[in-house]
Amino acid sequence: MIRDSRFPRTMATLLTGASLAIAGQIMQQIARNRFVEPMTSGTGQSAALGILLTAVFLPTAPIGLKMAIASLAALGGSMLFFAIIQRLPPTQPLLIPLVGLIYGGVVGAGVTYAAYQADMLQFIEIWMNGEFSGTLRGRYELLWLAGIAAALSYLVADQLSIIGLGQDVSLNLGLNYRQVVVLGLFVISVVTGLTVVTVGLIPFVGLVVPNLVSLVVGDNLRRSLPVTAMAGAGLVLAADLAGRLVIYPFEMPVGTVIGIFGAVVFLWLLNRGTRFVR
Amino acid sequence: MCVRIAVLAGLLLVCCAAYLSLGARGDWSFVLAFRGPKLAALLLVGFAVSWATLIFQTITENRILTPNIMGFDALYLLLLAGLVWSLGARTYQDLPAQGVMALNAGLMCGASLLLFLTLMRSSHGDLLRMILTGVTLAVLFRSLTSYVQRVIDPNEYDVVQAASFARFSNIETDLLTLAALFSIGAGTMVWRMRHRLDVLPLGPVLSTSLGESPQRAQWQVLILVSVLVSVSTALVGPVAFFGLLVTSLTYLVIPSPRHGHLLPAAALIASITLVGGQTVLERILNFSTPLSVVIEFTGGLIFLFLLLRSLR
Repeated sequence: MIRDSRFPRTMATLLTGASLAIAGQIMQQIARNRFVEPMTSGTGQSAALGILLTAVFLPTAPIGLKMAIASLAALGGSMLFFAIIQRLPPTQPLLIPLVGLIYGGVVGAGVTYAAYQADMLQFIEIWMNGEFSGTLRGRYELLWLAGIAAALSYLVADQLSIIGLGQDVSLNLGLNYRQVVVLGLFVISVVTGLTVVTVGLIPFVGLVVPNLVSLVVGDNLRRSLPVTAMAGAGLVLAADLAGRLVIYPFEMPVGTVIGIFGAVVFLWLLNRGTRFVR
Repeated sequence: MCVRIAVLAGLLLVCCAAYLSLGARGDWSFVLAFRGPKLAALLLVGFAVSWATLIFQTITENRILTPNIMGFDALYLLLLAGLVWSLGARTYQDLPAQGVMALNAGLMCGASLLLFLTLMRSSHGDLLRMILTGVTLAVLFRSLTSYVQRVIDPNEYDVVQAASFARFSNIETDLLTLAALFSIGAGTMVWRMRHRLDVLPLGPVLSTSLGESPQRAQWQVLILVSVLVSVSTALVGPVAFFGLLVTSLTYLVIPSPRHGHLLPAAALIASITLVGGQTVLERILNFSTPLSVVIEFTGGLIFLFLLLRSLR
């Protein structure tokens, strides 16, 4: 039981949490905005759209292909998001997360529409609200890839810190801006695609964790990324545990638990900001 | 203006006639008994959503916010789930449906006032912060609702689940009488306020000097909005962007600040969208796509567009 169910599940929560938190951190660096993350800015929804399309048109595709298509869809979704926010005025930092939320909602509506057409509404429920109850040996190993992709980003931690200062500063400091951004987008897409394929959408991890960590450790990513990863892993593990205990012997999806917790923390962050920003 | 409103009214009549008659076979009394209540419900929902959105936009002095985007209908569903949870499904289903709706509408008035006050206080007049807080609160309410859904047992779950999706083709017609009463009551009050609503967008200083207290009007409008949102959510479930779609169209068709023109036009446009859309999708295209998805999709795009344009 431990080898087949408990260990995979624990590893899955840890990997998911760590890689989502890092993906969120990277997205915040690229967008130069503290309030964005893949799962609430349309990337996760795009990945779900990708999975749905494969399930409809290529139902027999091997898991590797499904995964690749989901990641590609996530990449497309996040590139579109960045294209939109580049046109936003820099004087309105709160507009970016707002546009992200609505953009995610519109893509989500598209997913629901497609699922309805294909009579697969129940099918997508699994991805739209993440949970670990189906995690067994042999069904979570893809998450290691997500973990590796996230870990790779530590190699460019310094470059990612500089990205957060903006394109002009980065170029001035002799950084190949586009290269680092493309790398960051790649990590975000792989992590999001794989997470959505294996466990489903888990909102707010990538948003809340990097913010809380930067309050304590600061913004130097070389120092804060490992902390972010551990904190994310701890958060998802704790949420999964809570979800399993609160209505034992039934289970609460981890997406719901974190949805509540994350939304509360986000509201706090948002309104705490007023004191300093204004 | 009056010509345009008359044209809209004519269009609505055509849509209603088409909705009732297209594809109807056999006995008319049967067709009417079957489609009549549905048509009435669609009209009621169009009326409730459009007026709630319009007066909400008047008191918040912008054309992007709607009660639904700010989480009012998510709040309704949360209250519903909480009610089912605390009463138990047995008691809940023994209660008459009308009683439940009245109870929920009452709770809704209190809770939405609280919600709105929180939003106003936390935003300090910063519109974007307020929208973002509202949208996040809506996410929080939805998560809490799904939490409650998991906690309660499956029988109770069904009750809440059925209410949580927007549906225009399968409307709870047994609530119709009470919903009609509520909307007519709220509608009369809104209509009598229409000249006062014209004054409010002039700003707090001007409207106070014209003898209209903005605070008092805000309270009254919020209570009316809560009632109207309760009506529409009870009948068809949450419709996030429908109100926005309708008011945006209304401001295009009626370029006038007078609520005496805007209110009837908004109600007509909303009803045309619902009845006409339902007729086209159901009877002509034989489409299986639910109207709600089409409306939400277009409405969401309009929201993004308005948001981006407002900052130019």
